[in-house]
Amino acid sequence: MTDFMTDQALPKVTDLPSTIAALKERFPDAVRDDTRPGYEGVIVEAAKLPEFARVIRGEYGFNYLSSLTAVDYLGHGDHLEVVYHAFRVPSGGKPLVFKAQTDRQNPVIPSLVSIYPGADFQEREAYDLYGIHFAGHPNLKRILLWEGFEGHPMRKDYQEAYYEQETKPFDSRWPSGHVFRAEEYNPFGHNVRYPAGFTLDNYKPISEAEFQHGMSLGVDIMGDPAFRTDRLLVNLGPHHPSTHGVFRMMVALNGETVESLEPVMGYLHRNHEKIGERNTWYGNMPYTDRLDYICSMANNLAYAITVEQMMRGQVSVPYRAEVIRVLMAELTRIVNHLWSIGFLLNDLGAFFTPALYAIQTREYILDFFEATAGSRMMCNYMRIGGVFKDLPARIRSEAALVNDRVRDMDTMKYLEQLINDRLPRSIDELDELLSESEIIKSRCIGVGLLPAEMAIAYSASGPLLRASGVPYDIRRANPYSIYPELEFDVCTRPNGDIYDRYCLRLDEMRQSVRILKQILPRLKETAGQPIFGGKSSYSIKVPAGEAYGFAENPKGELGFYCVSMGGGNPWRYHVRAPSFINLTPLGEMCKGQKVADVVAILGSIDIVLGETDR
Amino acid sequence: MYGSGILKGLGVTFRHLITTFIDDIQWLGRKRDVEVFQQKQSLANRGLVTVEYPDEKLAVPERFRFTPFLVTYNHDDPDYPGKDWCTSCGICAKVCPPQCIWIVRGTDPNTGRPKPEPEQFYIDIDICMNCGYCAEYCPFDAIKMDHNYELASYDRTSAHIYDKARLSREIRYWQSIAPTTAAEEQAARGGYDHTDVQKARKKAGLEPSRPGPYATKPAEPEPAPAAAAVAEPPAAAPPVEAAKPEPAPKAEAAAPSAADDETPPHPGWVKRGRRWIDPNAKVEPVRRKRQT
Repeated sequence: MTDFMTDQALPKVTDLPSTIAALKERFPDAVRDDTRPGYEGVIVEAAKLPEFARVIRGEYGFNYLSSLTAVDYLGHGDHLEVVYHAFRVPSGGKPLVFKAQTDRQNPVIPSLVSIYPGADFQEREAYDLYGIHFAGHPNLKRILLWEGFEGHPMRKDYQEAYYEQETKPFDSRWPSGHVFRAEEYNPFGHNVRYPAGFTLDNYKPISEAEFQHGMSLGVDIMGDPAFRTDRLLVNLGPHHPSTHGVFRMMVALNGETVESLEPVMGYLHRNHEKIGERNTWYGNMPYTDRLDYICSMANNLAYAITVEQMMRGQVSVPYRAEVIRVLMAELTRIVNHLWSIGFLLNDLGAFFTPALYAIQTREYILDFFEATAGSRMMCNYMRIGGVFKDLPARIRSEAALVNDRVRDMDTMKYLEQLINDRLPRSIDELDELLSESEIIKSRCIGVGLLPAEMAIAYSASGPLLRASGVPYDIRRANPYSIYPELEFDVCTRPNGDIYDRYCLRLDEMRQSVRILKQILPRLKETAGQPIFGGKSSYSIKVPAGEAYGFAENPKGELGFYCVSMGGGNPWRYHVRAPSFINLTPLGEMCKGQKVADVVAILGSIDIVLGETDR
Repeated sequence: MYGSGILKGLGVTFRHLITTFIDDIQWLGRKRDVEVFQQKQSLANRGLVTVEYPDEKLAVPERFRFTPFLVTYNHDDPDYPGKDWCTSCGICAKVCPPQCIWIVRGTDPNTGRPKPEPEQFYIDIDICMNCGYCAEYCPFDAIKMDHNYELASYDRTSAHIYDKARLSREIRYWQSIAPTTAAEEQAARGGYDHTDVQKARKKAGLEPSRPGPYATKPAEPEPAPAAAAVAEPPAAAPPVEAAKPEPAPKAEAAAPSAADDETPPHPGWVKRGRRWIDPNAKVEPVRRKRQT
């Protein structure tokens, strides 16, 4: 047992400024304020980082390392910076932001995995994309890119294939935009760089054996007198229906029992963050739809919150826009949980009947999204300072094509019926169909256990954390939008197994319906009020500085860490993806379980690969 | 009792089964009636809600967005037949997140100075992410999001870069697919006409905007995707400005290259006219919507 589970975290000082003052006193020459304009938190000497982390976690109660990421300040100090955001869970409050800097040539930062196990995947990601070596990391290898990849693409001097220009908009599009196709630039030609001295003849593919490092294979068959079997390596995925996409689990089995499990991801990696840094601030909004494509409305909201925070009071969101945002976010939560429960049951073997019942209800919500935002899934609805358009008066269509069937419904009546009747009915029906079933109970109860301390240590968030009995919900712990004035409970379940995660999602849907019932009168009161604050402009400039904006997405804490240099494009755009970080404890949860349960455990975490791989 | 939970769950499934049949019997023979359809699609419905695509389709709501198209005056407009609304200001190309819009700004041949008309306008619809920013930020209501989502074709390299002729649709098409939005935009413009036209008319001492024609029905039903590659304007009144069709993508879309002529996309397919057809496929007639 590592030390993160043993010591008691009791905060000595509660408010953030006095904590920082006390820490500066404690480490007089290692901790200093980050005085750059628009920045917050402290800069810690890299050598003292583990000690600092141990103190803030053990003595000041910052037991939850939410986000860890790196920034390349090429041309602005020429250093790499690792940024940490630590929270107190479950008490909540603003995060303690601390940073460590290192040079670009030989970047080394001490690893925090032994103190915050949740740093595991995030440090690997920073190593993968920035080349920062985290000294002491137990398994520091690439996570999103393949093992033979040359270079570290998030560095500012890296140019991807089809690179055209540093930032959008590209000059070739207007006023003399003679069209060409990007792939006409041969990807094996001048747009891809090979390492010095590379020839195809002396290229050796990365062996699978290297890949399996740390999987505890290669056991002597005759060595174990009780059970004479070799360990067997089974690859679940990447193409397997249970993985909900392209995701691979390398499972070392002893008989039917899982000895170790390592998630392998990145099959859907497109370097969302690099695209984000080339994009304008507005241009990123539709890209956030593609992260967790089940909950695009909630992704939009988190990104809008982040940029609004960076604008520092230059934009204000009108009340009606906030009401609509919460309406959309809570409907999205129901969509996600319906989907998640449906597909968990698929993983358990109830082939598609519960999933289709859930999807049918989801369709009604998507119809509303389509009529309001213009798209069922890729909503692109929130704007920086409001929303795209007000709710339409009627959900109606025009027959533009042959064979079109036309619908015409009053929007408010539709919403009322949806919220007061249809959604509660569907949730109750799912409850009746599934909750008491003996098959589900025997498959789920006591399987995939994640104790509360472990959930916090591994930076699990959302339903995964709350099903382990930790009452931490960002809507209450760090309220945003109009959540402070809404009545709802933070649901928890005590046991942290698959069944509790399933029940928690039902509970959360009921709480969402409760919130939506409070939203309806507010929608009526504010009818006709503005939905956008300030002047609509297609290109905005964001003042220099940084911000970490986060929201309680259906899958967990979705955070955006953005750095602006004052221009029309983000200097850094990082996504703290709940689907990605919630996979950190997957190996621990599966240890000692049967191989058939691995599928159900993964289903209960509820990941979307678009967000995991980014 | 052990097993009662399963029985309870099976009860729910059974209820679903029964309601579906009750629904079917209740609406026996009237499945395609408009009132029945509205009832079945409503939130109160407890039976099946499925729509038999592609025999019948759910019409998309007004705000639905797919790929963009360019607005022009109607071709039978007495004053400005087929004139582009686009002024090639380039805002759509700048705001486009995946940068799929390419505009060549027009120049006046006499003075050599830029004029507010696009010479060429391309959209790579493979790259378009259907976000709708171009339509949202266009100051002239000149680019709108289309509702036609059936864009599959056999050849993406030649058929998926839309040129100006392929993108242009008459304003009456926009009025037909999104009447409420079109009316709102018209009110915001201060009349039916394009804002620049209104300014010019004002200068010339005319009424700023003419009362526009309001089409209530689509001008013509959308043809099948393969035939849709043919540009929209009818041959009767090709406008001078929009008359320069870009030859390359359009011509190739209409007539596949020589290699395609020889090799069927699937073994055993035969050629009918320009298209490859599976001779064994069961072809069902397209059922038309019953008029009420």
